[in-house]
Amino acid sequence: MSSVPRFWRNIGVRYNLEGTRCKECEEYFYPPRNVCVNCRRMGELEPYKFKGTGEIVSYTLIHTAAKGFEDQAPYTLAIIKLDEGPCLTSQVIGDIDKIQIGTRVKSVFRKLGEDGERGMIYYGTKFVPLDP
Amino acid sequence: MTIGIVSYGAYVPRYRIKIEEIARLWGDDAKALKNGLMVYEKSVPDVDEDAATIAVEAARNAMARSGVLPSRIGAVYTGSESHPYAVKPTSTIVAQAIGATPEMTAADFEFACKAGTAALQVCMGLVGSGMIDLGLAIGADVSQGAPGDALEYTAAAGGVACLIGRNESELAAIIEDTYSFTTDTPDFWRREGMPYPEHGGRFTGEPGYFRHVTNGAKGLLEKLGTTPSDYDYGVFHQPNGKFPRKAAKMLGFTKEQIAPGLVVPKIGNTYSGSCLMGIAATLDQAKPGDRIFATAFGSGAGSDAFSIRVTDRIEEIRNRAPTVSELIKNPVYIDYARYARHKGKIRLA
Amino acid sequence: MPGIKARSDWPENGVDIMRDVAIIGVKNTKFGELWECSLRDIVVEAGIGAIQDSSVSGKDIDALYIGNMSGGRFIDQEHIGALIADYSGLSRNLHVPATRVEAACASGGLALRQAIMSVASGYSDIVVAAGAEKMTDVGSDEASSALAAAADREWEGMAGATFPGLYAMIARLHMHRYGTTSEQLAEVAVKNHRNGCLNPIAQYKHAITVDDVLNSIMVADPLHIFDCSPITDGASALVLAPAEIARKYSDTPIYIKAIAQASDTIALHDRRDITTLDASVVAAKRAYSMAKLAPEDIDLVEVHDCFTIAEICAIEDLGFAEKGKGGVVTENGETAIGGRIPVNTSGGLKACGHPVGATGIKQAVEIVTQLRGDAGKRQVEGAEYGMTHNVGGSGATAVIHILSRER
Repeated sequence: MSSVPRFWRNIGVRYNLEGTRCKECEEYFYPPRNVCVNCRRMGELEPYKFKGTGEIVSYTLIHTAAKGFEDQAPYTLAIIKLDEGPCLTSQVIGDIDKIQIGTRVKSVFRKLGEDGERGMIYYGTKFVPLDP
Repeated sequence: MTIGIVSYGAYVPRYRIKIEEIARLWGDDAKALKNGLMVYEKSVPDVDEDAATIAVEAARNAMARSGVLPSRIGAVYTGSESHPYAVKPTSTIVAQAIGATPEMTAADFEFACKAGTAALQVCMGLVGSGMIDLGLAIGADVSQGAPGDALEYTAAAGGVACLIGRNESELAAIIEDTYSFTTDTPDFWRREGMPYPEHGGRFTGEPGYFRHVTNGAKGLLEKLGTTPSDYDYGVFHQPNGKFPRKAAKMLGFTKEQIAPGLVVPKIGNTYSGSCLMGIAATLDQAKPGDRIFATAFGSGAGSDAFSIRVTDRIEEIRNRAPTVSELIKNPVYIDYARYARHKGKIRLA
Repeated sequence: MPGIKARSDWPENGVDIMRDVAIIGVKNTKFGELWECSLRDIVVEAGIGAIQDSSVSGKDIDALYIGNMSGGRFIDQEHIGALIADYSGLSRNLHVPATRVEAACASGGLALRQAIMSVASGYSDIVVAAGAEKMTDVGSDEASSALAAAADREWEGMAGATFPGLYAMIARLHMHRYGTTSEQLAEVAVKNHRNGCLNPIAQYKHAITVDDVLNSIMVADPLHIFDCSPITDGASALVLAPAEIARKYSDTPIYIKAIAQASDTIALHDRRDITTLDASVVAAKRAYSMAKLAPEDIDLVEVHDCFTIAEICAIEDLGFAEKGKGGVVTENGETAIGGRIPVNTSGGLKACGHPVGATGIKQAVEIVTQLRGDAGKRQVEGAEYGMTHNVGGSGATAVIHILSRER
């Protein structure tokens, strides 16, 4: 993805797991939503910074990499359920043998990708097993 | 005015390559290398790690250990010789990732292996002058060694962040004084756009490392009127295991004084993180009242010496973040092929 | 059922649509790597074929709907509706309105739905619904990247997600929770290749074994390359007419009994449960309600098997297998031709091929062919009701049609 503004406007979300929480129904959202899926316009969303811990819902070891991720292949992709409730998709660092459904993970700061040698480097959050 | 270390945090990637594995590729004598360098293995970054991610992890460990609000930080300075961008600061990435932005200043430093301590001195100045409340100084590198070059046996990855402040009740260690010794000595360099540094071989030793480290250290000892025996610990820039041992001996520090901070045999030279890593490892085990003498060296060349006194607060904050020994245990050993890939020595089209 | 908040006045809830609609002509091009053909070539071939099949003429056509996922990425061409109308000879003299419909891999199914609604409403009489994708003008990296845009680009794509990767995570949890095996996944591919051998237009007309699948290279663990549908060029078209005049154009009109569509979250990770495509479940429920039919009444179904696991989820979500038993049902041969509920007689996306925008239309063409009794060696004997199930992305859009031999 070679769009600097598109990445930049979500830097806080990507670096620091900044999401939202609906004051009305108390559901947490990551990435942040502007409209609560339960309360819609009756909901009231406030910023919330996630703790960064959660567990693996499912995972795969990707051999055929997405474009721009070739230098990271093979890499583990997972759906992670954060302790506050919402799920997200992220890479999980470390040996695939140490990763299972239900493995506890925590967030780390890594390179997500880059636009070739000349372009921007995209940083953000990935996860590692809590007990590597 | 008392200035000191409010908190510190380190980070070392989990991968290691052994000297034997590098020597195997180039047909070198591993045993002789290990004896000569006193380095046995070195840390290697993951494919998605660079000086910025390492700086962020170290800074986050420092913040976790400090418990202070990131908004109090008035400056973030990152020293590295492997900043991911030639133009565009690493420090803004770090500042954003610890939540210190936007009311603050930031810049990147480069002075070979002592860019981290140079950043630390600038933070001392800004904090001491009252310009800022807290300053974050970081040394982090994913240092480069050309394939087959002697540097390849030691050029490692890691980083340390130090949060500098002046509120005595917050200080885990007081920096009693600092002193620098600088000349123009081209013992090691990397030209703009070049992937690997060049060095002067044995010229890096006597006119480079030893002249600057010993003069820097002696300068501070004289300034303070102290002697090596006044210190519980000594830390000297550790490009390998041999140089800091020799420098310590030349200055009159004992093996025991430098042992806690000598991490290079297990992780290699973390460049801008090197001396700070030794300080961090020493703070990990120092007792309140202990004194630490540290001297960083940067090629080009210069040295920064520090006299540090540990306070009672160290016991409170020490276990809020991983210690250096915790960070470097349970490494994952990789072969040269994987190392080459992690280090970007194999380029994908 | 979670997520159903149906309005009482929707046709799915028993309110009759304005007019019954029939399919009076169908045509698929050959599916495969059609190096000599451009997008316009294949759509015109399918469109003309469907019109010839129906005996309408160009001047009878009131509207054209075309499903196309990503002309912009695959051939650097947008404004596909106008392009197709033009090259079909419907623009310069006849000025027939043409509308491109996009819902990723469900674009074709959705184009059909729009075309049906246009006829049902009385606004149009004769409408052509087509679908087409020209995917091999770009390299497979670029094609995969274009397909990945059907997921959440920012919050899945930026993490390195691929479509095989997303479905691999569905497969992993399905295996973990229900004991589904890699062999059962492979059985889907084996069956669909067997069916593909009987379909003259299929991209792959060779049989494979379970071992072939299991020994093929891993794309995203546990999915092998033979668990994945291919990159395909192809186009399909059909002609619609109001049921009351359908026999004027066709001896064997096939009637639309239900059209249903449902949405779910764009990102897989936001779903209630990743092993169930709620959009499929809800769309199926709406479709059965509208047709006043149950899963037992359906004689064959074309489901969206973009990956083998997707067929297993689909037959569960559509009510042809108990939740978690899709693998077992497949292994037992219940979804084979001659089985309890033949699934993907065309060869499915796996063997017939998956030119993304065309797939939803091709599914309907296959059902029409079967209900007419024209399916040759792959004919499901005595088929009265057939269903199509077309999915966009990892399940954010599902569109279902039920077709019938009798009005």
